[in-house]
Amino acid sequence: MIKDSLIDYTLHLADNALVLGHRNSEWTGHGPILEQDIALSNIALDLIGQARYLYQYAARLLNDRAADRVTSLAPGAREATEDSLAYHRDGWDFKNCLLVEQNNGDWGKTILRQFFFSAYQYFFYQQLAERKDRELAAIAEKSVKEVSYHLRWSSEWVIRLGDGTEESHRRMNDALDQLWRLTGELFTPSSYEKTLVAEGIAVDLVALQPLWEQRVADVFRQAGLTEPARGWQQTGGKEGKHTEHLGYLLAEMQFLQRAYPDNEW
Amino acid sequence: MVDTKRIWSLLEQVNDPEVPVLSVVDLGIIREVRETWSGGAEIVLTPTYSGCPAMDAIRMNIRMVLLSNGYQDVRLTTVLSPAWTTEWMSEKGKDKLRAYGIAPPLPLQQVCHPGLFVREEAVACPHCNSYHTTLISQFGSTACKSLYRCEDCGEPFDYFKCH
Repeated sequence: MIKDSLIDYTLHLADNALVLGHRNSEWTGHGPILEQDIALSNIALDLIGQARYLYQYAARLLNDRAADRVTSLAPGAREATEDSLAYHRDGWDFKNCLLVEQNNGDWGKTILRQFFFSAYQYFFYQQLAERKDRELAAIAEKSVKEVSYHLRWSSEWVIRLGDGTEESHRRMNDALDQLWRLTGELFTPSSYEKTLVAEGIAVDLVALQPLWEQRVADVFRQAGLTEPARGWQQTGGKEGKHTEHLGYLLAEMQFLQRAYPDNEW
Repeated sequence: MVDTKRIWSLLEQVNDPEVPVLSVVDLGIIREVRETWSGGAEIVLTPTYSGCPAMDAIRMNIRMVLLSNGYQDVRLTTVLSPAWTTEWMSEKGKDKLRAYGIAPPLPLQQVCHPGLFVREEAVACPHCNSYHTTLISQFGSTACKSLYRCEDCGEPFDYFKCH
């Protein structure tokens, strides 16, 4: 039970990092100016690197579990790897939050998505580094250093755009309209998170929320943006129920492995 | 019996493919060299950044150098904790970086601070040593570097950022 939850939790964290990393990588070669193209590509690289460590751990947990259950060693059954978890799962297997799978839209929407997520991930990793699972704690300890750069960069951009021109301000408000209702899911625990919080393994999201809200309030005040009322929030991603955007992302990301299974460069 | 001292000196020949003046020992990513139960050599290393694409090449190069020096039974173990920091870079490595045209990381100051528009570290230009420099972007040509410009000699340069 705990082991099943730990696998789901690790996949959830890995999917968050991979999906946002992939979204950001779609900007590579298309950024508004070279330096910011490079910045977002660097952030993509960090996130995909974090996803790799998390998938490697999930694969190890999955293979251990398969070895425990003799029945699952059916003929032709194959070992999970970081690649099989990224490329051979379908949309309903992915457990990422809805926020990270949203399409890039304009630069403002990409920035706001990154800011909401980095503010969450920064405090999240800080706390995960103190939790009981040593592998997850080590990945978190490593990753939080990278995420602090992401948080600083995206915060400054939210201020630059929110407090910029009339048009940039309007675009940030448009982005806010599209993304705000997806931020509540970050703090809504799934069934596997509830199980693991009780075990001291998962981060308690309820305690995390005030830290995130404080950061958002600080940045929005300087950006001249107004937080909408909390209102109704869309959830489901953590349990595999996604918006239409994830399917398009996977279709592109997984194309090569679907068309030519196990092909290598 | 594995001669760990010899392995350490062999590892000094393995360079970072992205910053070829630095060896993996200069970078501080080799945490330990020890003998395995089977009499082989185990190299414990830690990545600089999670997504650093050089890590795979570095692992392969370590194997190649050790193999060509007679070490067939080599095991590479990756550890993430404690997380790598620029504090672990050797002084010799910092001098090599500067000579190569990359400003070396400063001693721990405002590492990874998420504060807004914080005052930048005073980074000296590796070309003319002026401190009259400006940050262009926190993200540079590789994950470990940020991009600066010298206001005196006018040259842009990479800074190996604190981490």
